[in-house]
Amino acid sequence: MAAGPDLRDEAQMIASILAGDRHLFHELIRPYERRVYVMALSFLHNEADAEDTAQEAFLKAYRNLAGFRGEAKFGTWLVSITLNEARSRLRNRDNMKLESLDEPPDDQGHTSPALLRDWREIPSEALERKEVGQLLHQAVTALPAIYREVFVLREVEGLSINEAAGALDISIASVKVRLHRARMMLQRTLAPRLKEIVPKRRWLPWS
Amino acid sequence: MVIECKHVWAHISGYLDATLPAEVLQQVQKHLEHCEICSAILDSTRNILILSADERVFELPLGFSKRLHARLQAEIGGVAARPLEGD
Repeated sequence: MAAGPDLRDEAQMIASILAGDRHLFHELIRPYERRVYVMALSFLHNEADAEDTAQEAFLKAYRNLAGFRGEAKFGTWLVSITLNEARSRLRNRDNMKLESLDEPPDDQGHTSPALLRDWREIPSEALERKEVGQLLHQAVTALPAIYREVFVLREVEGLSINEAAGALDISIASVKVRLHRARMMLQRTLAPRLKEIVPKRRWLPWS
Repeated sequence: MVIECKHVWAHISGYLDATLPAEVLQQVQKHLEHCEICSAILDSTRNILILSADERVFELPLGFSKRLHARLQAEIGGVAARPLEGD
């Protein structure tokens, strides 16, 4: 969720690491551990593979640090490395069909929301129930890859639309369209189920 | 101008991100004032986004950080590293 540390501090840290103060790499990556893991998990769907992929991504970042030119933010660069690692891991998984990174063929861009009357409980109350978190987790990881990538970066990790576009190397307009579809897909999937398991207690005032 | 529900749905993301042009925003707001279904859809979408941002949904496995830094240390080697903090 954090926007990341001060960029000047990061640039200094990277310069120090490259100059030989290598242990500083531990500090450099601390703010990004969760982001890298969550990106990997959203692709690989199991914790062990996600953890290994996250470790590989950090190792690759370390080995290639001299190639980081600072045109992008360090965090954005890390996301790109992670996505490459995760996609490569998926391709190499023998018994798993390669997940298409193209637009799903049956997707015409029209996703109607669930027309339920309401599910307006205060969100923090809902998360006290473990199954709510699991439902969300499953629904996000079940999104087609192109929507999941954008959703995770923007909504789970809190990147700006511009940062997400940079990390994924796609246009800002594409980020907005994919984000909208991802949100609508999740609303359609989740709202009826969340309403089933979370009894309505309060109304969240809309303003 | 009056807009229909399906047009409002197309603007829900823009509404949540506060990126709608003033004219569209006004139409959407006017619709939401009297449409219970669309305002419920908006609320549920917003709730899902709030929940998604909660760190409890995507948690780091126990010991993740410790294992990561141990593996990095094996790579970095050579240099006396600071003592690793626990998770």
